[in-house]
Amino acid sequence: MKIIVAIKQVPLRDSPLHPDSSGKWIDETDLGFEINEPDAYALEEALQLKEKHGGEVVVLCAGPERAAQTIREALAKGADRAIHITADDLGALDTLGVAKLLAAAVAPEKADLILTGLQSDDLGSGQTGVVMAELLGTPHSTIIMQVETREGNIRVKRELENGWFQHIEMPLPAVLTMQSGSNKLRYATLMGIKKAKSKEIRRVTPAELGGAPTAVATIEKVYLPQKSKQTQIFEGDAKSAAAQLVEKLKFEVRVL
Amino acid sequence: MSILVLLEQQCGQWHRMSWETLSAAQQLGAALGQSVEAVVVGKGIGTLASEVATKKVAKVWAVEHDLLDSYTADGYTAAIEELIRKTQPAVVLFPHTYQVRDFAPKLATRFLQVLVSDVIAARVDAGVLTLVRQFFQGKLNGDVRVSGAGPLFASLQAGAWRADALESGSAAVEAFAPAVSADKIRQKPEAPFREAARAVDLTAAEIIVSVGRGIKEQSNLPVVEDLAKAFGAELAASRPICDAGWLPMERQVGSSGQTVAPKVYIAVGISGAIQHLVGMKGAKTIVAINKDPNAPIFEVADYGIVGDLFEIVPALAAEVRKAKGA
Repeated sequence: MKIIVAIKQVPLRDSPLHPDSSGKWIDETDLGFEINEPDAYALEEALQLKEKHGGEVVVLCAGPERAAQTIREALAKGADRAIHITADDLGALDTLGVAKLLAAAVAPEKADLILTGLQSDDLGSGQTGVVMAELLGTPHSTIIMQVETREGNIRVKRELENGWFQHIEMPLPAVLTMQSGSNKLRYATLMGIKKAKSKEIRRVTPAELGGAPTAVATIEKVYLPQKSKQTQIFEGDAKSAAAQLVEKLKFEVRVL
Repeated sequence: MSILVLLEQQCGQWHRMSWETLSAAQQLGAALGQSVEAVVVGKGIGTLASEVATKKVAKVWAVEHDLLDSYTADGYTAAIEELIRKTQPAVVLFPHTYQVRDFAPKLATRFLQVLVSDVIAARVDAGVLTLVRQFFQGKLNGDVRVSGAGPLFASLQAGAWRADALESGSAAVEAFAPAVSADKIRQKPEAPFREAARAVDLTAAEIIVSVGRGIKEQSNLPVVEDLAKAFGAELAASRPICDAGWLPMERQVGSSGQTVAPKVYIAVGISGAIQHLVGMKGAKTIVAINKDPNAPIFEVADYGIVGDLFEIVPALAAEVRKAKGA
C-alpha cells in the first residue's frame, strides 16, 4: 500500500503572536516551528498501516526552506521518502492554490491513500485535504479516527458531533483527513534519525508543478481579538489572587 | 442577486446552528440588498421546508432525492452544485458543522472558489463584504475578502449569530429534484452510533474544574484533582488531555465531547480553542487560570488569574478549604 501524508510546518504551539509590518500575517522572526499536530496523527496512522500491510509512506510538504527540518523529523519517524514543494511565498496563495500544488505533486505518485490532518493549527481552514481530493477526482472523508483496509477499499470511523460516530466505506484511492488523538504518537529513534539522513527528499518548485492560481480569498489584516466580555483579573501573588477569587465565589457567585 | 443559505437537518431533526445561519443570512441580506433563499436537503423533508417557509425568506428550496436520505459528501456536493448553477446566488452560507466541513470545500472548488470557514462576524462597507475569522485557534482574528467569478462561500461559527433575532414571514416552497446518480456516490455510510454509555454526566455538575494542556504531564494531574475535591466539583478536561489518555473521553468538554452549563466552570491551563469554548461558554460563571494573558479563554471568562497554575491552583485549593471551613 502506497500512502502519501501531506504535512504542514506551523509555529510552535505557545509562540508569541504579533502582526508583522504589513499587518496581514504574523511576524515570524524568532519563532520556532513544528509539525502541525493533526498531521502528526496522519503520519502515525500511515506508519501503522505500513507496518500492518507493507508498502511505502511518502511525506509531502509545501513550505519554505525551514520546512526541511519538519520533513527530516517525519523521515526519522519512519517515512520512506519525501517531496518538498519549496516556496517562500505560499502565504500569497489560498487553500485552492496550495491544494493545487499538492495535488499536482501527488498525481504522478499513483498512491492508494492520501492522509493529512483535519486542519492546520495556524490558518485552521480545515479544507486542504478535501479540496485536494476534488482536484484529484478521488473520494474523501474527514475527521477520521480509524482506518480499516480491505480489498480495494477502506472502511473508516468518522467522528460526528456530540459523541457520535459513523463508519463509512469507500473505494481506493481516497483522501482522508485525520483527527488528533486517534493513535499514540511515536518518537523518532536514534536509528531512525540516522537513517533519515540518507532518505530522499525530492525538491520541486511551484512552477515545475504548473503553478497555482491567484488567490480568490485574501487575508486583509490580522489582529488581536477585541474582548467582548470584561474579565476581572486578580493581581498579586498566587495566595492573594486566590483569596480574592474565593471571596468573589463565596459572596457574589455564592457557590462556597 | 440572492443569498442562498443551507440549513442542516438529520433524520427530520434540525441542527440548532441552522437557525443561527438563517438569522445571519437575513441580516446580511438586508445589508447587501439581497434576497434570502433557504435550502433544505434530504428525503421526506416537506414538513421541515414548510417550517422554514414561516421565516422571512424569499423562497425555500426543498432539494429532495432518495439518494440524499443519508448524508454523503459526493451526493450533497452534486445536488447543491446543481441548485447553485440554476439559481446563481451571490453568496452561499452554511452553518460550520462537521457535515459542512466535509463537503463545502469540495463544493466551492467546483466553482473555483474557496470556502471561508468558521466565520465569526461579517461587515459590509460600500457593498463589499468582509468576513472575520479566527487564526491560531482563536488567538488572532483576521479580515478576509473574496474575489473571483463564482459565488462567495462561507460557513458560520456556532454562536456567532443569534437565532432569536430570526424574523418571521411567509414564503413559497419550491421542490428541486437534482440529477444525483448512485454510481457517482462513492461513500457508503453506515448508521451513526455512540460508544458505550457515559458513566460520567458532567451536565449535572454545579461546579466543574477543567484541565488543559497547561498541566504539561499526567503526573501533574493530582494538582487539579485536589482543587476539584476542595470545590466538591467534577473534573473535566479539554480534548488534548483525553486524547493523550490522561483522563477518560467521557470527561471531555467541547464540540466532540459534552456540552455543559454549570454554575461555575474553572478552566485551568486551557487556552480556549473554539472547539472547547462551544462546550462550556453557557456556564454561568467562568474562571480562567492561564499563563498567557492573551489566551482566548479570557474572552469568555468572568474572573481570571494570569500566572503559573502550579502556584495558583494549590493556593486556590487552600483558600477554598479555608472559606468552606469558616
